[in-house]
Amino acid sequence: MSKNDVAILGAGMHEWGKWGRNFAEYGVAAIKDAIKEADVDWKDVDFIVGGDTMRNGYPGYVAGATFAKAMGWTGIPIASCYAACATGAQAIDIARTRILSGMADVVVVAGADTTPKGFLAPNKGERGFDPDWLRFRLLGATNPTYFGLWAQRRMDLYGATEKDFAHVKMKNSRHGISNPNARFKKIYTEEEVLASPFVSQPLRLFDICATSDGGAALVITSMDYAKKKGIKNPVRISGVSTISPTFPQTVIDMPDFTTDSAAGISAPDRSFRDSIAYAAYEEAGLGPEDMDLAEVYDLSSALELDWYENIGLCKPGEAEGLLRDGATEIGGRIPVNPSGGLGCFGEAVPAQAIAQVCELTWQLRGSAGERQVEGAKAGITANQGLFGHGSSVLCTR
Amino acid sequence: MSKNRVPAIEGWLTMDEDNPQLLGYLDESSGTYFFPKDVSISHAPGHVDAELKEVALSNRGKLWSYTTNHYKPPEPYVAPDPFEPYTVAAVELNDERMVVLGQLADGVDPANIEVGMEMQLVLGKLYEDEENEYMVWKWKPVAAEGN
Repeated sequence: MSKNDVAILGAGMHEWGKWGRNFAEYGVAAIKDAIKEADVDWKDVDFIVGGDTMRNGYPGYVAGATFAKAMGWTGIPIASCYAACATGAQAIDIARTRILSGMADVVVVAGADTTPKGFLAPNKGERGFDPDWLRFRLLGATNPTYFGLWAQRRMDLYGATEKDFAHVKMKNSRHGISNPNARFKKIYTEEEVLASPFVSQPLRLFDICATSDGGAALVITSMDYAKKKGIKNPVRISGVSTISPTFPQTVIDMPDFTTDSAAGISAPDRSFRDSIAYAAYEEAGLGPEDMDLAEVYDLSSALELDWYENIGLCKPGEAEGLLRDGATEIGGRIPVNPSGGLGCFGEAVPAQAIAQVCELTWQLRGSAGERQVEGAKAGITANQGLFGHGSSVLCTR
Repeated sequence: MSKNRVPAIEGWLTMDEDNPQLLGYLDESSGTYFFPKDVSISHAPGHVDAELKEVALSNRGKLWSYTTNHYKPPEPYVAPDPFEPYTVAAVELNDERMVVLGQLADGVDPANIEVGMEMQLVLGKLYEDEENEYMVWKWKPVAAEGN
């Protein structure tokens, strides 16, 4: 055990879907489940961190306060944060830092979202100064456009095929079928995926993750608090990465028109996406070979293959082989996305990185039911948020 | 009567029909290029006080990747009616060592391009109204016809 470990005593989620209700409802449902599982009282919680949502008005910008008020004001300090898809990891890091500094013992971390239909779009109005607005205006560069660019590059460089991408979707659909919190509980066939229309070719509709409503929460405590409660072997957070890129960032990323230029200053040895999990491994003193499972951000089925390489499960160009060998299926050497991943959930932005850690918690406790990875003792999450937000959480037991 | 060809955005590109170039910025102290100018400082760490000089960027590079969009994107994209699929290409400029996104030039079949191919910048129409054609930069293979 490292001196930087904190304990996860409870995890809770509101089922993902397209419910169209107030996001706070999902957040509070998740918090209630998490504190029940942790066997703590709301009045024992001495800090709360909310992951913000940008699409739900002012209450969404101050999510920590919104959840605290909904649960009943107890006078505790609150924090709210936003880091796009990486919001959850940042919220977890704030909680952990507060605990490790000795300023809190029992912290609730929660995120929830209510999402509109269709493509995520920039803010309204003539916004010629806003790169996020301009990429839609001048290029028609939707988010799936970037997923399509990364996918096509895999095909041209490494010989990935549309069937490989379909097989990621199929694998994750087999994983998520028994997950009560998943939105899409259906096993997909190759024919079904390959018959779905192209969105950003080579990616098809069923290769690309939807946007969803959902909520996720954790109760994170000091190791001492867990011990005092008589919990000898809690799931622990042993590493958190919330890193940003190192200049020059040479892989094109949302919402940019260009990468950084590497003409004057050489690109770093590790790409941004390669460095995200690496930072969590370093902090935990563990490596990819020590992991029993991983939850990665399959915004597209093809992107899951990039992550295999980015988190060190294999070398660049070997991800298709890992998939084809069944190594990343439950029962394989290193199951990836046993929860079903974004393919089964769709994305609820501020909740998603927390949901990844909920899955690790249940897997490491051995309480994941039909999707249990046998004997799981360590796992890692990985994700990247718009505008340079790394996100990775490494849990052990 | 033919319409005026005007840039879809001011100050981002030259409107030279035969040899258009993107207008970028050079921080000579770090040898680093930027496009577009989002804030008025160099983003190279430790070079925030460097002067930025406007420079025309090289208009040749290698295809990094590409993707064809088959759904109409949300506003503010101005889509033709009926909607037509369009391809977005990422090209790494030879001299500046930066990848620049742009639509694939009209008339180029994305089935005929592949990663690593030599590409060049051309002017292409983004959309039009009754008076003007609004022009942006687009990419086409050096060997190909059509713009």
